[in-house]
Amino acid sequence: MTGLPTPGLRSGIELVPTADGPQTAKEFTSDQEVRWCPGCGDYAVLKAVQGFLPDLGLRRENIVFVSGIGCSSRFPYYLDTYGMHSIHGRAPAIATGIATTRPDLSVWVVTGDGDALSIGGNHLIHALRRNLNMTILLFNNRIYGLTKGQYSPTSEPGKITKSTPMGSLDHPFNPVSLALGAEATFVARTIDSDRKHLTSVLSAAAAHRGTSLVEIYQNCPIFNDGAFDAIKDRDPSAASVIPLVDGEPIRFGPDGSLGLVRDQATGGVKVAEVADLGKGAEDSILVHDSRATDPTTAFAISRLTDAGFLHRAPIGIFRQVERPTYDDLARDQIAAARDQAAGEPTDRLNSLIHGSDTWTVV
Amino acid sequence: MQRTVTKQVKQLDRVIIRFAGDSGDGMQLTGDRFTQESAAFGNDLSTLPNFPAEIRAPQGTLPGVSSFQVHFADHDILTPGDAPDVLVAMNPAALRANLGDLPAGATIIVDTHDFTGRNLTKAGYTTSPLDDDSLAAYAVHPVDLTGMTIEAVKQFGLSRKDAARAKNMFALGLLSWMYGRPTETTIAFLEKRFAKVPDIRDANVTAYRAGWNFGETTEAFVVRYEIKPAPMKPGTYRNITGNLALAYGLVASGVRSGLPLFLGSYPITPASDILHELSKHKAFGVTTFQAEDEIAGIGAALGASFSGALGVTTTSGPGIALKSETIGLAVMTELPLIVIDVQRGGPSTGLPTKTEQADLLQAMFGRNGESPVPIVAPQSPGDCFDVALEAARIAVTYRTPVMLLSDGMLANGSEPWRIPDLDELPTIDPGFATSRNHGAGDETEFWPYLRDEQTLARPWAIPGTPGLEHRIGGLEKADGNGNISYDPANHDFMVRTRQAKVDRIAESLPPLEVDDPSGSAKVLVLGWGSTYGPIGAGCRRVRNAGHQVAQLHLRHLNPLPRDLGDILKRYDKVLIPEMNLGQLGMLIRAKYLVDAVGYHQVNGMPLKAAALAHAIADLVSEAEGHEAPLGVWGETVVKEHVQ
Repeated sequence: MTGLPTPGLRSGIELVPTADGPQTAKEFTSDQEVRWCPGCGDYAVLKAVQGFLPDLGLRRENIVFVSGIGCSSRFPYYLDTYGMHSIHGRAPAIATGIATTRPDLSVWVVTGDGDALSIGGNHLIHALRRNLNMTILLFNNRIYGLTKGQYSPTSEPGKITKSTPMGSLDHPFNPVSLALGAEATFVARTIDSDRKHLTSVLSAAAAHRGTSLVEIYQNCPIFNDGAFDAIKDRDPSAASVIPLVDGEPIRFGPDGSLGLVRDQATGGVKVAEVADLGKGAEDSILVHDSRATDPTTAFAISRLTDAGFLHRAPIGIFRQVERPTYDDLARDQIAAARDQAAGEPTDRLNSLIHGSDTWTVV
Repeated sequence: MQRTVTKQVKQLDRVIIRFAGDSGDGMQLTGDRFTQESAAFGNDLSTLPNFPAEIRAPQGTLPGVSSFQVHFADHDILTPGDAPDVLVAMNPAALRANLGDLPAGATIIVDTHDFTGRNLTKAGYTTSPLDDDSLAAYAVHPVDLTGMTIEAVKQFGLSRKDAARAKNMFALGLLSWMYGRPTETTIAFLEKRFAKVPDIRDANVTAYRAGWNFGETTEAFVVRYEIKPAPMKPGTYRNITGNLALAYGLVASGVRSGLPLFLGSYPITPASDILHELSKHKAFGVTTFQAEDEIAGIGAALGASFSGALGVTTTSGPGIALKSETIGLAVMTELPLIVIDVQRGGPSTGLPTKTEQADLLQAMFGRNGESPVPIVAPQSPGDCFDVALEAARIAVTYRTPVMLLSDGMLANGSEPWRIPDLDELPTIDPGFATSRNHGAGDETEFWPYLRDEQTLARPWAIPGTPGLEHRIGGLEKADGNGNISYDPANHDFMVRTRQAKVDRIAESLPPLEVDDPSGSAKVLVLGWGSTYGPIGAGCRRVRNAGHQVAQLHLRHLNPLPRDLGDILKRYDKVLIPEMNLGQLGMLIRAKYLVDAVGYHQVNGMPLKAAALAHAIADLVSEAEGHEAPLGVWGETVVKEHVQ
């Protein structure tokens, strides 16, 4: 997997000042006591991020983490960078103001399935379509943790919770499908327990210039324990993880016995037994291309995620394409306007407030 | 062949004209041009646009009527006027919708073209009011404005519909002749506006000139009026609306503070023009972000403030309701933020295009918890410029969200504005934190909630500043280090401290200036916001009738100025007129235990000077212990001014 942007294109962090020398995870760790429940998947993500940030090589003071409300949104307190623990669902909006005004900052949003997809759904999709230069880490535990166990917009239908004693009625969002539908330019999914994969995805997301949406499957040991156990099963016979690796045929299961092929009937993508494909099987298996301009195949692959209890899901970078970012364009307009304006700001202000129709009283 | 008609010239000291027509008839433009001509001529003036929320209500119906009232005078005036002296009605609906506001004897110039069966019926007339004696109390001038316009622009080969569209310029030309307005600015305006469509440009200019010439030659109008320029304080003036002045004030705040201005906003009537205007000023480093909703607008503005910009959000009442939670976050994080509420009729969607000042208590208390927010309010369109700068000063100096309460009347109304000397504007110092502030030697730390002793403001440390990395948020902060704290004593202390910080702003305010010419008035009229003009005009009427009354207008609603309590106690009676059911009145009564009396009008329109004069006179009478007759000064139209 490559974490580098396509040569010649702008990186997500190219305008952010770099550190003078090597940094350590300790430097990125704040003095605040971490207060998640024992065994929470958030610890693993925090460790991974604290370990990854020194490798990013940016000045600590030029990194900003913004979060909303929820268990995962406590994240900024534990990193010794600039940070804001804001209000429920609004982190992408606040980060929009930060990213637009400051090209020299690396902007990160930490959010959860309730924060990003329920109360903050509107801000999420608009941040994705605008393509601001920031990375959104969406911790998906498929449950409301901080309010003690109600179903979330990613919970499987029929979920029995405190607020749904006879089972939840809602059809869930698939965050990856939603992001692709909003024409996000970078969409990935990873797992809290796979630090190597998580770190590689973070690296690619940070390098991407635009809004990167990273869905992180994250276990809640208190209210939804084991929600991702099937995915975490390393036994290939479970055939639960569909790995997405650029340039490689998408095969999984015991000895790669399963593969993704086009579904001629629906135009979508389906799982096939490689053995059943017969002659030319290798050619009919999809080769992953996250840089395909058209999001159709990425969306089709995202539909292979179980909506109910999770037995199988594609994992990796679904899509990473270049599109001008809102914040770069906004700054370009300001720069262009400034280039055209002559004179000192005070003189120009004076001329502005006078306008064209004045009269003088002596 | 045209005959020369001898025209009389009469001197007037002031005139109120109302242009009324269908919402597609261009009445706002017509009124605006007449205003610009009057401004250029040097009259004092005040305007009141009034239009439906529907962009194009059904043609010819009462709900579709749009009007623009302009009051211009040879002396300083305070309001758009209670009742028009002249009504220009472009169709039956415009006549019917506005007739009730006309005093007997008023002049009506009516376009007869649409006084036909169907149009009369749509306006609710069974017979034409031009044919019976229902308008006997008025001086009616029936003129086929549309017909003459079509005739005048025939040469340009426009469709009949397009030709008729220039009728507003014909009407403007006629009125411009009647009141001796200069024509150059309007012709220049039309040439610029329609530069790309020569036929339309020429038709409009021709219709305008034809209207003027018609006045000059017709026997229907034998009198021209002259309203001399008003004496004004020396300076350079322009005409300005409140929304424009507010936008300029924000740009000036950015220039004076050296901070990039960031506006996060969602379109809403009557605030959108501020967004439109600011979007033109990128050369000043102004970023305008049209957000997906009201919440994102203020969220982005707060994020920009966190990053070291001057964050601003603009909206109207319904938008404030949506922004409340983020305003609370700004209170908790103690970041500068300007929240502009151009108030309109409420509750809910209410009256989008009408004025009201019923959001004061929402601004004051409309958040969870003890969440004090400074509030400022402009008193006239031009004052919006200064108040925007004052909001910026408070926000930046005290690291706090500030609520600025404008309203629909200020937003769209206009007045001559003496353009300020930029050197006289306040300097706003962001004073960003640059170094650690706690501990000694190598043990130094940055404490984001360590306060300035004088202002109680916390440091504004922006990302990119090494060594000052910190986290803030909506959870309660420990005093000083700003870490999350659920400690009961700390919360009590922080609640009181946030309140004390806002209260301290009062120490930076200049003394109040009471307008009490005799110094012996027993009644004080206290107001805030756009009621300044009507209250002032009401007080003048009372004084002209020989009585004494004092006027005081508040720019700062929270905190209230420190000398207000003493001033209130100097008067026997306090009257608080408001376009709500007594919101400032409630605050004043609660805070000062003063038995203030309210005067309330909530009809979406500005207060009227005559009605206010009666309310004031009643209180004067009570305070003085004898009758306080107003005489002619209590009448809607004061005839005295006709010389």
